[in-house]
Amino acid sequence: MTGDVLVFSDRDEGSHELLTKAVTLGGEPWVIVLGKKEEKMIQGLLEYGAKRILNVPNVDPNKIDAESLAFVLSEIARGDGPDILLIRSSRLGKETAGRVAQKLQAGCVTDAIAMEMKGSDLVVQRYALGGNTVSSEVITTRKKVISVMPGYFEAHTVATPDGQVEMLNIPIPAPRVQLIERRTKLTEAASIEAAERLVCIGQGLSKKEDLVMVNEFCEALHAEIGCTRPLASDLHWVSEERMVGISGKKCNPKFHASIGVSGQIQHTVGIVNAKLIFAINKDKDAPIFKIADYGIVGDLYQALPKLTAKIASGRT
Amino acid sequence: MKTIVCMKQVVDLQQIRIKQDTREPVLEGIPVQLGDMDKNALEEAVKIKEKHGGTVTALSVGSHKLKETILQALAMGADDASIIVDPACDGSEPASTALVLAAAIKKIGSPDLILFGEGSTDNYSGQVYARVAELLTLPQITYVRELSVENGVVTAVRDMETALEVVKAKMPAVISVTSEINKPRRPPLTQILRASKKPMNVRSLADLGLALDMVSAASSSVRSISNLAPKQERKGIIYEGDIDEAVEKIMEAFRREGVVP
Repeated sequence: MTGDVLVFSDRDEGSHELLTKAVTLGGEPWVIVLGKKEEKMIQGLLEYGAKRILNVPNVDPNKIDAESLAFVLSEIARGDGPDILLIRSSRLGKETAGRVAQKLQAGCVTDAIAMEMKGSDLVVQRYALGGNTVSSEVITTRKKVISVMPGYFEAHTVATPDGQVEMLNIPIPAPRVQLIERRTKLTEAASIEAAERLVCIGQGLSKKEDLVMVNEFCEALHAEIGCTRPLASDLHWVSEERMVGISGKKCNPKFHASIGVSGQIQHTVGIVNAKLIFAINKDKDAPIFKIADYGIVGDLYQALPKLTAKIASGRT
Repeated sequence: MKTIVCMKQVVDLQQIRIKQDTREPVLEGIPVQLGDMDKNALEEAVKIKEKHGGTVTALSVGSHKLKETILQALAMGADDASIIVDPACDGSEPASTALVLAAAIKKIGSPDLILFGEGSTDNYSGQVYARVAELLTLPQITYVRELSVENGVVTAVRDMETALEVVKAKMPAVISVTSEINKPRRPPLTQILRASKKPMNVRSLADLGLALDMVSAASSSVRSISNLAPKQERKGIIYEGDIDEAVEKIMEAFRREGVVP
């Protein structure tokens, strides 16, 4: 029998998949809600299986820093509190996981992609060795902290919602990191993490102007565009929000096309879950072909416009 | 300014081979190097030193190969290196690494900044800096892509999902940087040759006053039960040769798979 499970997500809808998972782990699912929350949001948490909704009203969820958040989580989880902490592995969630684990003297696994009980062990999977491998790990301490990769778990409502809301006043020490300004990024309408179809480009593309050709391919397929690290970080051809890989976005598209991407593991870890992978590369030994369902060995400048034309004509 | 940069020795991931039958990674004989973003952290420390003066110490925990690996940090501009080499540190569980690093930082004494890369190149757990910050009860500022220091205060631009956050904190503080923050320099030959003459402090756990059972308890807080390459069940249908033919075949496949109507 495991202890109760404490869920925290810095995005409202992110709690749902964590709660769904928490329900399967044995104990009671608890969830933390920071600041003032609307009735509709609370109702959602109940529907996804929350038993105890702990509302900490004296915190601004948009301004909380990792140290303060780790303090709130450890205050709730310490002693007889929940033994398992499931934290959405956003940037804030992930940096908080290590800190709260240290406070609780707990073992911790970040960026979990799978979790299940095997006997009395909670087995957590994560990518290791830069995405070359998947490591299955058991946290042996009583308190267990897991940051969970967003989008890897489905959310299901429960048949009979049955939970309650409690107000919890936790006096939090003044934050030592002061937020001076928040500059909202020029976010584009679509998030590539949620894209059903994704086209990623790499250094096989020789100049920025060639993006026009790639965009036409994307339009024909109704696909979002993503890229490898150098195209965003070094060349700035594509916005960093579209960078795919271990330090960028991890995507689960139904269809993925790799165009001029060699297939280094730091990038492919972000697309390896795609249902169907297509690749074009002039190097037949490029590692991308090892994870491709279909591929063309050849010049992308010849192949891509031809494909675009055929796909577009089929749609008219 | 006294800056400590925590760095990790990792295997060259591009050279890892996977055994076909067992899906196990083969790590023997693969060269080791310093982590990618650790080099960004070091570069930033050296830049701060160039502007404000002070010292930069490269700190690392690991196997005996570190004595050689850390020379790269010295060539890139660290003034000295401090390495903890102990058989008990061969694994890399974040909880034990953090414990050892925190003890080493105390031993080195009173840094203004402790810099890390946002994640290690191999495991990317992002736990170690947060644990070190907690162990030393210091503020943590993560995902930093711009950094400046003035009058005992560090100001940083953090790269979050939907916003850039400008934050500040009194030093000392623990900072993690992203690869966007700078381009690590390639040291000239003269610096590479000079590196081996810079001070290198080699310590064991006992030198840090750390009990072995404390470190092993931390390292056993998470037990790995398997570490295998994921199963790949891909079709692997690759066309070579005539492009028009290949495009036609791919279109057929796309129709069959429902990618196009």
